[in-house]
Amino acid sequence: MSDIANLALNCLLPITVDSLSLALNDRVVIDRITCQIKGNGITAIMGPNGAGKSLFLRCLHGLVKPDSGQVRFAGKPPSQAIRQRQSMVFQAPTILRRTVLANLLFVARQRGVSNPQTSRDCLAQLRLDHLAEHPARLLSGGEKQRLALARALIIKPAILFLDEPTSNLDPTSVETIETNLQMVSRQGTKIILVTHDLGQAKRLAGDVLFLNHGSLSEHNPATSFFKNPDSKAAKTYLAGNLVL
Amino acid sequence: MLKYKIFAIFCTTFLTGNAVAENTILVQSTTSTKNSGLYDHILPLVKQETGVTVYVVAVGTGAAIKNAMNCDGDVLLVHSRKLEDQFVASGYSKKRYDVMYNDFIIVGPNDDPAGIAEMNDAVAALKKIAVTESRFTSRGDDSGTHGKERSLWKRTGVNQDASSGSWYLETGSGMGATLNTAVGTEAYTLSDRSSWEVHANKSDFKVMVEGDKRLFNPYGVMLIDPVRCPSVNSNGGKAFIDWLISKNGQQAIARFKVAGKQMFFPNAQ
Amino acid sequence: MSIYSDSFAAAFGLLATADSDLMEILYLSINVSLLSLALSCSIGLPIGAILAIRQFHGRDALVGIFNALMGLPPVVVGLLVYLHLSRSGPFGWLGLLYTPQAMVIAQMILITPIIIALSCQVLEDMHEGYKDFFDSLVVPKLAALVAYIVDARYSLMTVVLAGFGRAVSEVGAVIIVGGNIDHLTRVMTTAIALETSKGELELALALGFVLLSISLAVNFLAQWLKASAKRRAYV
Repeated sequence: MSDIANLALNCLLPITVDSLSLALNDRVVIDRITCQIKGNGITAIMGPNGAGKSLFLRCLHGLVKPDSGQVRFAGKPPSQAIRQRQSMVFQAPTILRRTVLANLLFVARQRGVSNPQTSRDCLAQLRLDHLAEHPARLLSGGEKQRLALARALIIKPAILFLDEPTSNLDPTSVETIETNLQMVSRQGTKIILVTHDLGQAKRLAGDVLFLNHGSLSEHNPATSFFKNPDSKAAKTYLAGNLVL
Repeated sequence: MLKYKIFAIFCTTFLTGNAVAENTILVQSTTSTKNSGLYDHILPLVKQETGVTVYVVAVGTGAAIKNAMNCDGDVLLVHSRKLEDQFVASGYSKKRYDVMYNDFIIVGPNDDPAGIAEMNDAVAALKKIAVTESRFTSRGDDSGTHGKERSLWKRTGVNQDASSGSWYLETGSGMGATLNTAVGTEAYTLSDRSSWEVHANKSDFKVMVEGDKRLFNPYGVMLIDPVRCPSVNSNGGKAFIDWLISKNGQQAIARFKVAGKQMFFPNAQ
Repeated sequence: MSIYSDSFAAAFGLLATADSDLMEILYLSINVSLLSLALSCSIGLPIGAILAIRQFHGRDALVGIFNALMGLPPVVVGLLVYLHLSRSGPFGWLGLLYTPQAMVIAQMILITPIIIALSCQVLEDMHEGYKDFFDSLVVPKLAALVAYIVDARYSLMTVVLAGFGRAVSEVGAVIIVGGNIDHLTRVMTTAIALETSKGELELALALGFVLLSISLAVNFLAQWLKASAKRRAYV
């Protein structure tokens, strides 16, 4: 599928961020971030601990209101209708006290897309089909995160946000998740992913946003970012040293 | 489905099963008459001969009169002549009818610390209780029995209230609870005879004083004035009162016995 | 003490022979308590849920008030209901005093604060865990409330049981507004009070054993349900 076809499919792009700022308890945690995220594929948000990656992601998705600045999707301000076309996978997913299938159906019903066959397919896609009737809260960490991804994908989002979805997971779960991300990305879903895993970013990302101390240090294509980052902080980070 | 069905049954039970049916009356009465089993004996006869279903709320005479003044009932059947006359005089009822009587007695532990056994002067007996500071439990609840007890203390000249909490114990409860307290603390108490006879928790207690004419315990019945209280079922109430003071009713009262002993003596005019 | 064995035997005898008076009293007790419980839950659960998820001015004060109302003395409730339902009171025209309906009203007032305060706590925890996920998913408020209640069902069962326990064991309110009228408003607790006042202590205690065994049966059932839910991590 060509990029032009994908762009035509995705009506929420580009994402324009204009001078976004946020302070919590008098501490600036997001500091005048301005950027434009366009083109399909996977965008990785990277940076040292406390750089404001998760909060930035939540601002993009609309879970946290910025103090100033704005986010626009294809020129439109955030709204519930826009958020309904997005999904988010959290680092520690919230699992409903129901079966695996019921978890998936709950999400599907919110968008009026609860089709048993689609749901089964979606579970199979994430290798959870054999656990469909299993109590979801008894799943392993990796299975839970795969279920969270299945829930995020069942509604066929235009944009999928993921907040460190694979930290501390078993390798097979990581592999299943990454394969699925690549697949849906090819099908036209824009993916924005916060990750600490350099290997994962290299494998998946088309471009990288590097945040440090709440501000955007650089936004570059992944190939150039990993080969030759612009900022000093990114250089230090990629070298595996502490960014202070 | 079953859940809804059960719920529906509950709802219908409660929304349709109203107590205020056509031929039903509510009698505000005393625990002494109720606990004796008198009503269990006569109410089936009332139903049979007059068609009226009678429900009884049993509280102290004071509380029964207050409830009646709030129009919560159709008929009042109590035992405190003074309060009953006031009730009629204040216009809550047109007329009081004599129904029956029995007597009060003083009961106490077998040890008899005040030495009043077999006395027949109630006032002298109370005086002895006060002098020996033997424990005495009082209803303390403005009931008919409580009123009688206070009038007897008045004649002794003893200020028993000054000893409230030491040897004079006010329970603020019904006759049964007060008898339980008396038995539990080995105290004397004044009771109507029927409550005492039917009380099961007697321990070694005995009747100490009886036969004083000042221990007379008359019961009166009144229809609550339907002008004052429009909710009163005056036809049903009248039918019940008429039956009580009729020959049939009076005979039924006389026939009621506990352990072979007649409990109430009819005295309608 | 032989009073225990005698009373226990008497209780067993009453149950074994399905004593018709006892059955009538038992039926009314359970009916009144279940109906007041159902009504209290239909009022209390939504209020508890709203207090759990909505932040508004005076919300904390309201939660504090409902917590305090959990300790409402039954006699006070009985007295208030009596004054309102009395023929001379504002709702006297309804003719509800000395009926099972009056007992239901009194018990509702007693247990609704319990349902509100305890369900608010349970649902608050639920909201804390689900909030971000539901925000992200744009779940409408009402659907979120329903989901909280469905997912907290086993914890809420304990809340409902606390309400039932209070309702079925309470005597102070129902004896005032019901009047303990034979074949009309006599329930287990007022029957126990009556037998005690007649000095029939053994029978009173036997009735107490019967009441206790109902509570035990209900609670064991709930415990069993909860344990099986726990195995599925639904609690």
